[in-house]
Amino acid sequence: MGRRRALEGYLYISPFLAGFLVFTAYPLLASLYLSFTNFNIIGEPQWVGLENYVRAFTDDTLFWSSLGRTGRYTLLAVPFGVLFSLGAAMLLNQGFAGTSVFRTFFFLPSITPIIASVLIWIWILQPSVGVMNYLLSLVGIPGPPWVQSTTWALPSLVILSLWSTVGGSRMIVFLAGLQGVPRELYEAAEIDGANAWQRFVNVTVPLISPTIFFNLVISIIGALSVFSVAYIGTQGGPAYATYFYVYHLYASAFQYSLMGYASALAWIFLVVVLVLTVAQFRLSDRWVFYAGGESTDRGRDG
Amino acid sequence: MAERVGALPRAAQAGVGAGLFVRLRAGIAFYLLAGVLTLFFLGPFIWTASSSLKQPNEITAYPPVFIPAALQFENYARAWTKVPFLTFYLNSLIVTVLAVLGQTISATLVAYGFARFRFPFRNALFMLVIATLIVPWEVTIVPSFLLYKWLGWLDTLKPLIVPSWFGGSPFFIFLLRQFFMTIPREFDEAAEMDGASSFRVLWQILVPLCLPAITTVAIFSFLQHWNEFIQPLIFLNSPENFTVSLGLRFFQTTPADPGEPKEHLLMAAAVIASIPCILLFFAAQRFFVRGIVMSGIKG
Repeated sequence: MGRRRALEGYLYISPFLAGFLVFTAYPLLASLYLSFTNFNIIGEPQWVGLENYVRAFTDDTLFWSSLGRTGRYTLLAVPFGVLFSLGAAMLLNQGFAGTSVFRTFFFLPSITPIIASVLIWIWILQPSVGVMNYLLSLVGIPGPPWVQSTTWALPSLVILSLWSTVGGSRMIVFLAGLQGVPRELYEAAEIDGANAWQRFVNVTVPLISPTIFFNLVISIIGALSVFSVAYIGTQGGPAYATYFYVYHLYASAFQYSLMGYASALAWIFLVVVLVLTVAQFRLSDRWVFYAGGESTDRGRDG
Repeated sequence: MAERVGALPRAAQAGVGAGLFVRLRAGIAFYLLAGVLTLFFLGPFIWTASSSLKQPNEITAYPPVFIPAALQFENYARAWTKVPFLTFYLNSLIVTVLAVLGQTISATLVAYGFARFRFPFRNALFMLVIATLIVPWEVTIVPSFLLYKWLGWLDTLKPLIVPSWFGGSPFFIFLLRQFFMTIPREFDEAAEMDGASSFRVLWQILVPLCLPAITTVAIFSFLQHWNEFIQPLIFLNSPENFTVSLGLRFFQTTPADPGEPKEHLLMAAAVIASIPCILLFFAAQRFFVRGIVMSGIKG
């Protein structure tokens, strides 16, 4: 009976096993192999050893510049994105009438197709007749040329990403985290004379630290993968100002047919993502606070 | 700090009234901030709707025209026919419906296997599911492309559909497994005593009980496939195979009619592309919040 159940179990998970082998494990290993070859789709891959990696690190200025640009984008998009999502969630957690309507409004951009969001924002940020610069001119600020300038193109994409992510799932996750903080703790802190900021730092932040951590990890991976907005909105320009790492990978593979080189870029990317994620897990011991198993599901499911 | 200092003396004077005063002030702050955020989040939609209904001369007017003099609903008809949007819509529908079915069905089966059966390496295999969550698409895209090329699937809708039938996203498996585990096993056992097969237990007991979670998965899956941009971009070449997202990109890159700007038509097209998601969102709002909460908190 036990053996039969075990076989049935394998049967039920077999779609995942097959899919994992064909669509994850095989491509992962194949791209590792290809990263050591020269392969332009026509003909056979030629083994070149570490050449692609050496070339990326020593002979490709676009590699370092696109990596740096991606880092800059991440350093702007993640802190602002996480802070604003937390702020919006705290606002919605006050329990005023109309909260669910506001939640709906905030959430809407995150379900809009990315291509539509980009087109909309490019039009809003149009330098000469765009509505953003008109609104800025009303308060006496001369608007920058946004996506048409090398200085402002990257911040423009950050603004666009804030619009489409701040009110999305990240905010909802924060909201759920905030709702798990017992009211008594705030009351106790208030009686002890803690002001709003002290209550935030000493009660809210520690108790929702697992949520902050989760959102941080997810947001960083998302920001490092930035591609579509730059592809649709700026074509990586002007003058490479928004040519991000994944754009470089995409262009290498699908515009220049350098499949081997693109695979090396892909594996470097994987290592960067893994190192950053593992580092965050390590650092999390110092600041993430898990309240006695109650906040995780592991305790309940056994 | 300063805020509270200001509030305290009044509180002392007015007694009961003070709580009301503090509450009122917090209320004003709330609606002010929520209003500003609403403007930021909804403003672009309103501007898009307004732009999509303008005449060509209003589109380039400065200062901008906020309310078009005569609403140009024919912009939508023109955008719809300027590129073959009907074809894009049909392609997106085919992809989305088949992929949603595949992801929902296969994620349900796999989640059931992990939640209710004991077999060697179960926990290790489940860790594998979680591990695939963090493999970025960028890492597998080149060999996937070569695989589809070898299969002769490039420039067809198959690469956008078939993988969904194999396990259907680790995230959905994880979500449904969590949900199955909240249902007491006694329910299954009672049915098994009556001689029900494991599939009947799933189909007649667990699926009806977990319908809200399964619906959530189906909705997320719909949005994911309808909005998907990168895969169609890489796997499709001919406009007759484009999905709506890629079609919109195609429209963006087609030259405008001579002597006429294109932005009003482009904004109409953006609305056309977004409508299914927005309708779905309003129809199924409660599933969104529940689904995100179910998945996010476990982190």
